[in-house]
Amino acid sequence: MSNLGLIISLLIIGAGLLWLLIRSLQGKEVERRIIFLFIGLAVSVPLLFNITFSEKATPIVKALYDKIDNLPEGSNILLSFDYGPTMAPEVQPMSDVLIRHVLAKNHHLFLMGLWATGQSLGAEAVDRIIKGDFPEKIDGIDFVNIGYKAGNQGVLNVIVTDFRKLYATDVGGRDLDSLPIFNGIKSLKDMDLLISVGGGFPGVKEWVQFAGDPGNVPTGGGSAAVSAPLLYPYYPRQMLGLMGGIKGAAEYESEFKRHYERFKDMPEPGVKMMGPQTLAHLVIMAFIVIGNLSYFFGKKGKQS
Amino acid sequence: MAVTKKISLLILAIVIVLFAVSWIAKTGTFEDTGMPLGLSVRDGFLVTFAAFLTLSIFSFLYKDNPYYKFAEHLFVGVSAAYWMCVGFWSTFVGNFIPKVSEGLSNFFEVPYKGFDVFYFIPLILGIMLLLRMSSKIGWISRWSLAFIVGTTAGLNLIRYMRSDFISQVSNTFVPLVVDWQGFGAFFSDLSLNASGQLIMTMSNWVIFIGVFCGIIYFFFSKEHSGFFGGASKVGIWVLMVTFGASFGYTVMGRVSLLVGRLTFLFHDWLGLIN
Repeated sequence: MSNLGLIISLLIIGAGLLWLLIRSLQGKEVERRIIFLFIGLAVSVPLLFNITFSEKATPIVKALYDKIDNLPEGSNILLSFDYGPTMAPEVQPMSDVLIRHVLAKNHHLFLMGLWATGQSLGAEAVDRIIKGDFPEKIDGIDFVNIGYKAGNQGVLNVIVTDFRKLYATDVGGRDLDSLPIFNGIKSLKDMDLLISVGGGFPGVKEWVQFAGDPGNVPTGGGSAAVSAPLLYPYYPRQMLGLMGGIKGAAEYESEFKRHYERFKDMPEPGVKMMGPQTLAHLVIMAFIVIGNLSYFFGKKGKQS
Repeated sequence: MAVTKKISLLILAIVIVLFAVSWIAKTGTFEDTGMPLGLSVRDGFLVTFAAFLTLSIFSFLYKDNPYYKFAEHLFVGVSAAYWMCVGFWSTFVGNFIPKVSEGLSNFFEVPYKGFDVFYFIPLILGIMLLLRMSSKIGWISRWSLAFIVGTTAGLNLIRYMRSDFISQVSNTFVPLVVDWQGFGAFFSDLSLNASGQLIMTMSNWVIFIGVFCGIIYFFFSKEHSGFFGGASKVGIWVLMVTFGASFGYTVMGRVSLLVGRLTFLFHDWLGLIN
């Protein structure tokens, strides 16, 4: 039944595109709302009929995965939530799977945020993922959320030499010195891996510039697609790996599930989003083709 | 005009009725999960209100309207208030109070870290910044602003110079033949693997030619003709491909956000998908 619905939906989209092509060739205007409608349909159909594709990690995603996987148990990994709810649908799947991977490998997880909104998103991730999937992990021993401090890249500039100059407590108001996880941790230089998940300012770029490079600490990232192209020049020497957009998240999720039997039933928001992505991109490509055909062969194009 | 007003009132009535129906329906849904009645009523309202705001924003795709304006203004107001509250608790209470007053530290339940007079400098600069609201002594805020601009420029200059200039130049010096061990080894190990010798060598050539031609395109002290002109044209192509890739990524990002909202509508609100 769902296959029938899918076929009918795809036929409607296909027929609609054909109708658009004919109208365009006839030199008639296509209203922008029609375009919105097609994009809406192209995104909704795969969601409603659960169309997904298998993903394989590309080297830039695999590099980040391998780094976390190959670090010795008990390594210190810092994950920074540098995003807000407006960016969350795209980058939240990255932080989710990273938290699962880090804790599944029994590393120490330090959560923080250079965005004010990152603090509550980090707390929400603790409630949803850590308390749900890792009830045995103890706050302050296995993981800690030290939250947000104002100052953007200035924060990094300070904590790359000393955490305690800026962070007196974690988000729960507990003195950092009273937390076992902070034993022997003075600055970012004591971390084995820094990961920033975000897509704006401050974000992955600032982590490379103000923490990874000066502190000589391995740095990786997960970035919203909009800013991912600006980060690729840092790979592989200044940034060991990157998840670029939801495609990167989907690749990481697939790689993680392939190797961790325990999480075979975990939610895969990244992979689920790739179905709508694929169909939406196909429709956009069809629009570009239709636009060009109508320009070169349509009545209006010939007149101009 | 009267007809437009009637239509607006009709739409408002429909929205109110649909909102109420959704609230009741969602409340019932949460009751099934065994949650307390008070909580389910609240959650039913929150989910319905979130769906209303999402649809209000989407309504801008048709045309500008009061529902869109309401959602937009609410978002701006809530965001501003949120940032201010988090700033107060994380920076003022989290950083300043523990360094200036034991009594206040006890009041706010944060550990006292010993008195440090230097922490009054940012406090004074912050107060000076707020003086901007005064028309008479607003000029004082420029001193704080100058401090912010100066320190940020100084910090960025050093970091950009290191990470985005020196390191990036260094990153461009890549071997044009990767792991060369002779033709025999090259052809026997030939593969299209992304980390294989052939692909890595080709990637390095793309970086070399791309950077070289891209720089030539921005070199205006010599006429772009002959070899120089050809390289400049390749540079334009490299830039165009870069812009295309950026646009493609932007499309992917925007579609992801749309998927996020539709997932909320289909899953959390309408319950159409698992």
